[in-house]
Amino acid sequence: MEYFLQQLINGVTLGSIYGLIAIGYTMVYGIIGMINFAHGEIFMIGSFIALAVFLALAAIGITFLPLVLLLMVVVAMLCTAAWGWTIERVAYRPLRGSFRLAPLITAIGMSIFLQNFVQVTQGARVKPLPPQIQGGITLMDSPSGIVVQISWIQIIIILMTVVLMAGFSLLISKTSLGRQQRACEQDRKMASLLGVNVDRTISLTFVMGAGLAAVAGMMFLLYYGVIDFYIGFIAGVKAFTAAVLGGIGSLPGAMLGGLAIGLIETFWSGYFSVEYKDVAAFSILAVVLIFMPSGLLGRPEVEKV
Amino acid sequence: MANTTTSASADRPEGAERLSEDRREAMRGEPPFVEAPSEDTRLVRALKEAGVTAGLVAVLTLFFFLFRTDIAVGGLDLSLDPKSWIIAIAIAFAGRFLLTYFVFGGERPTVGGWKKVAAKTARWPIGKVIGVVLLLVALTLPFLLMTLLPSQDRYLLDLSILILTYVMLGWGLNIVVGLAGLLDLGYVAFYAVGAYSFALLATNFDLGFWICLPMAGLFAALWGVMLGFPVLRLRGDYLAIVTLAFGEIIRVVLLNWYDFTGGPNGILGIPKPTLFGLEFSRGEGSFSDFFGLEYSSIQRFVFLYYIILALALLTNFVTMRMRKLPVGRAWEALREDEIACRSLGINTVNVKLTAFATGAMFGGFAGSFFATRQGFISPESFTFIESAIILAIVVLGGLGSQLGVVIASVVMIGGIELLRNLTGLQAIFGAGFDPTQYRMLIFGLAMVLIMVWKPRGLVSTRTPSAIYKEKKTIGADLVAQGEGH
Repeated sequence: MEYFLQQLINGVTLGSIYGLIAIGYTMVYGIIGMINFAHGEIFMIGSFIALAVFLALAAIGITFLPLVLLLMVVVAMLCTAAWGWTIERVAYRPLRGSFRLAPLITAIGMSIFLQNFVQVTQGARVKPLPPQIQGGITLMDSPSGIVVQISWIQIIIILMTVVLMAGFSLLISKTSLGRQQRACEQDRKMASLLGVNVDRTISLTFVMGAGLAAVAGMMFLLYYGVIDFYIGFIAGVKAFTAAVLGGIGSLPGAMLGGLAIGLIETFWSGYFSVEYKDVAAFSILAVVLIFMPSGLLGRPEVEKV
Repeated sequence: MANTTTSASADRPEGAERLSEDRREAMRGEPPFVEAPSEDTRLVRALKEAGVTAGLVAVLTLFFFLFRTDIAVGGLDLSLDPKSWIIAIAIAFAGRFLLTYFVFGGERPTVGGWKKVAAKTARWPIGKVIGVVLLLVALTLPFLLMTLLPSQDRYLLDLSILILTYVMLGWGLNIVVGLAGLLDLGYVAFYAVGAYSFALLATNFDLGFWICLPMAGLFAALWGVMLGFPVLRLRGDYLAIVTLAFGEIIRVVLLNWYDFTGGPNGILGIPKPTLFGLEFSRGEGSFSDFFGLEYSSIQRFVFLYYIILALALLTNFVTMRMRKLPVGRAWEALREDEIACRSLGINTVNVKLTAFATGAMFGGFAGSFFATRQGFISPESFTFIESAIILAIVVLGGLGSQLGVVIASVVMIGGIELLRNLTGLQAIFGAGFDPTQYRMLIFGLAMVLIMVWKPRGLVSTRTPSAIYKEKKTIGADLVAQGEGH
């Protein structure tokens, strides 16, 4: 029981990170119907920027932790958002209206480029960061010696995800930007006829997705303490799996899918074998899609003749 | 009635009066023109654009050029490198300025919109001529290399073998993506299945290359059916992600099933192919001994080259013939419109499965050739990036175009290899410059640029396989390619 609870906490933490990345996938897919394969690399870039900000702040002597974390989040979000905007502008916008596989190939090309760009500029070796936030709350102390503990960093990750998700849902449902995004999602041509600046809306979607991925990247850095130029691929594939599992195009679906993938992975490695955790996550995805072809919360696709 | 207005306007609402007044005003004299904002000159606009670009590059590269994290004693260390940061900004500024000023002529670059290419009537069949020429070159290549470039013939022949392997993989995937329109992101799985079944059969049962090759192909086709059957109900991107997932599952299983596959250590000692029992080695009973030739290691390369050439041509031949069969026609019909296909009574599941299985079989052949060429395989060789490269070759070449695959393979794979040898650049960038480091960086960038330049692939006209009266080539825009319905 204690072991189960501990795994549950770990799974929710991991799921939160996946969920934040998955939102970027699902929003982009919702609006322009393409798999943004470079999104995983955006996440990786976010974590590298957060690391550099941390080291730069330490070098000039700022060590007050809340301030450091705040600056890390803000700078990482802004710079990563700039990357997201640029990628959309360079690799996807010229291909809008082209056939569907073209942006997929540029996305894969961008992903290869970004991975190697970071490898060349920052080195291929793994970057370790000693844990910055230590300690936690002990929830249960059983006589058998298994301690259920939720660490501060896990609390921060889960809280931050909840806050960001809430803010984001409000943004989509209440603001005019959110309305424009939903309009573009339904019918881009009609939205542009009604005065929605479609290009700007799509760019902003990429910017927001990149911002959330940067937060996820920073939390990954703080939680695991090691990053390298290759983390983006695995995290990206998992997050995309999460987005598809939840029903691509649906925001709550992305979060739910992220949590599901995080929990499956954690429980599988906790109870069965660590080596096959990816197999478990992917198999569940295949099974869910075979029986529910549009994901958990996705709308069933209408076939138009 | 304290408040009297003129009787004429009493029954009219206030807004209407205001409107007609405005109209009269506008007719009377000077129109209410607002002075147009002064147009920037070309130079100013180019400078502005360049400034924005430079600023953007400054932000983008801030944490990658200026700050560099290094592993130091007791943790991480941050080093500053303002020189390369400023150089990057300067290059961005100058590049954008020149581009805006000279290329775009000071006008804002417009984004390409929807363009329909009209049907062209039959013209000189340039594709056929290039195809024949390429075939002749391919058939005589080993001898051309040996006579023209004897110093580098081994290396170049090896490179040609590699390129031909990708041509074959591209042609195999072309059946699935280009003809049947099913987006498969896990094609490398079948390549891996072919390689591993060949290697396991050959090392465990002492079977030769020529017996194992068809068996490996059949195994791969079987896997194609097994993986394909449950997922073919899915559409478009769902199919893509599930095939990707299967590719990863197979790789992870190969990596972790130590007893069977050797795990990360892979399989060693895979036998080399023989020519009717003649081995390509030194000594009694070898090829050179039998024909009374002097032994040379190049003979084995030439032999391997002809094997992969024959396999690739077989793939091409089968594909071309299949397109004329009912099943091939059904593939293309499926790509264009799945609902119409079903209404016409085509069994879409069977059609999709044959496409999957045929593509997988050729992937398996290529895999077993890969295994015998290397003599060693490990899961390292079958990562997602391999699938991505094969898919990129197919799409960059122009989906469904057999010639396009060849051109794209030569450009991409040959290009990567070329970058390995650009040591001359060290003279420009200093001795610390290592071109191999930038290989994949440039590869990724090239993928983006080629796609933006030619979104429909390098060969972008098609000859339909079903012809009514006269043969016409059509623009690729009129073909629904890999839309994945």
